[in-house]
Amino acid sequence: MNTVVAQLQRQFQDYIVSLYQQGFLDNQFTELRNLQDEGTPDFVSEVVSLFFDDCAKLINNMSRSLEQPENVDFKQVDSGVHQLKGSSSSVGARRVKNVCISFKECCDVHNREGCLRCLQQVDYEYKMLKTKLEDLFKLEQRILQAGGTIPQVDIK
Amino acid sequence: MEKGFSPVGLRVLVVDDDPTWLKILEKMLKKCSYEVTTCGLAREALRLLRERKDGYDIVISDVNMPDMDGFKLLEHVGLELDLPVIMMSVDGETSRVMKGVQHGACDYLLKPIRMKELKIIWQHVLRKKLQEVRDIEGCCYEGGADWMTRNDEAFLGGGEDVSFGKKRKDFDFEKKLLLHDENDPSSSSSKKARVVWSFELHQKFVNAVNQIGCDHKAGPKKILDLMNVPWLTRENVASHLQKYRLYLSRLEKGKELKCYSGGAKNMDSPQKDAEMNLGSSYAFSGGNSVIETDPKPLASASVSDPSSDVHMLPKAKKTRIGFDPSISSGAFESLLPWNDVPDPLESKPPILYDESFLQQQQTLPSQSSYVANSATSLMEKEMKKPSYESSSAGGSRVNADEFLKSPNVILQDLDLSASSEKLQEFSSNVTNNTESTLRSLNWEFQESHPSGALDNDLDLSWLQGERFLANTGFQNFQFQDYSSSPSLLSELPPHLWFGNERLPDPDEYSLMVDQGLFIS
Repeated sequence: MNTVVAQLQRQFQDYIVSLYQQGFLDNQFTELRNLQDEGTPDFVSEVVSLFFDDCAKLINNMSRSLEQPENVDFKQVDSGVHQLKGSSSSVGARRVKNVCISFKECCDVHNREGCLRCLQQVDYEYKMLKTKLEDLFKLEQRILQAGGTIPQVDIK
Repeated sequence: MEKGFSPVGLRVLVVDDDPTWLKILEKMLKKCSYEVTTCGLAREALRLLRERKDGYDIVISDVNMPDMDGFKLLEHVGLELDLPVIMMSVDGETSRVMKGVQHGACDYLLKPIRMKELKIIWQHVLRKKLQEVRDIEGCCYEGGADWMTRNDEAFLGGGEDVSFGKKRKDFDFEKKLLLHDENDPSSSSSKKARVVWSFELHQKFVNAVNQIGCDHKAGPKKILDLMNVPWLTRENVASHLQKYRLYLSRLEKGKELKCYSGGAKNMDSPQKDAEMNLGSSYAFSGGNSVIETDPKPLASASVSDPSSDVHMLPKAKKTRIGFDPSISSGAFESLLPWNDVPDPLESKPPILYDESFLQQQQTLPSQSSYVANSATSLMEKEMKKPSYESSSAGGSRVNADEFLKSPNVILQDLDLSASSEKLQEFSSNVTNNTESTLRSLNWEFQESHPSGALDNDLDLSWLQGERFLANTGFQNFQFQDYSSSPSLLSELPPHLWFGNERLPDPDEYSLMVDQGLFIS
């Protein structure tokens, strides 16, 4: 039993560290984990969930704005990018945030093609992160079910 | 979370259209023990705010909101509700930040926001309260108010907030100046040697004043000449004159008030400055401009509810803060580190003076004095002290003892029928004008202060009266330190200053007033 927990914990640790190393997550995610306490054990997963929902919504809106080549509302797109950037900074979604920076640049110069590319990329990134975090949370659950505790991981 | 102190229960309204941030901020603020309300729309936020005008202490809002520009919201909140507002954004562009500042934001936080940033938002609430009080009081001490503001800001900036860093330098300078003055008045450029206004000296003073009469303007120079005291300077006389005038003018009004230290309204000569009669709740009857040129009664420190109790805080110049309970019930009490501030003045006599003043302070929202202390102490230590009340209570007792033990005071027996035994120790042998004046003043005093506590306090200060006068350099001090208005001194019946009077008859009081002891 102990070894199972220990194994899972190590797995968890390695996984989360890799997420940081690959740039999926940054320090803000650590802050979120620190905010989570006994009273709110699902805090992180709830926040993250909100984020992904927001992503989907924003991307959808921007997609519509960028749809018609002759009639792109760059203001709206810019607004969407800004919100996405803010949102991603809340959970530490580093890659998503980085795409937003490029996205904004395309927007500023009214580069529709560039914007479309960025839109595609941001869509990919958030979905990727979503999958990764789902796996992480699943690992957490397994640890808890095995009677262990979630390790505090110090990312440096 | 040692370093970040935050008062429990601060009511925060968070406005952000980003649901993720809203949730996170809510969690963070709750961790600070604040009372949090979240809102996803600016209009909704305004509605909430208007619905409960006093329902929130501070607003934190994102700059980019779909239904309303964050800056607009900021304006509304600032104008209508006068609440401190903190702006947030993921965009840290200078122009945006400046815009926030221009629109009146207290602060501008960059996302992602850190816990430590939220932990100190209460300082903005406090600062705003201080400013409000200051505005209300209409204090316009030259330099005094500014100093206080600077100090507020320095204080608030102490430790965490870099943006106040610059002002902190100002504060340091001012602080040094102030402490310098307090500690060693004689070393200050404009101060002279300490003067002990003994009874005899005061008599000479009053005689000179009377000689000049009420028709002519009794200026310090003239008085000095008449007094013929070689070592006395014009400045000494000037400052003494000031207090005397204040005292007298206060007395006249004081009769109307139940509470002695309840502060006379300004009735210096012809003017009855309406502005000065701030009625209850304000520590400083406002409108007291510079005394130097034209000594109007320094708003008798405290026009406050007559019913306010007389419990003084002993610390001399550094009056303690009367914390406004409305700010946060109890939450802020532990905020006061100022209790710790060592009294720069060694002598105790000023205490009474400050006490009565302080007493007012305690019941009032005024936190002006707080600045004096807070700045000092905060700059030096962390806030970790117990409640204000307890330390002050303890303090006054200590000082009382010290006073009683003071051997330096020249006391003459004063035959007073005061409730206080101490007062009874003194008997009056004076038989001149001064005496009648003082007697009437004493009477005034007696009448308005039946409370034993006060008597004792005053008593003590009486004992120290001479030393007090000697040790306090009023000339500059009063203009700099909001908290220790020299006018307080003048609230003291002269017998406390000078040592020994008999209780006057009530009749004499009105006589006295008519005698034109008012010197314009």
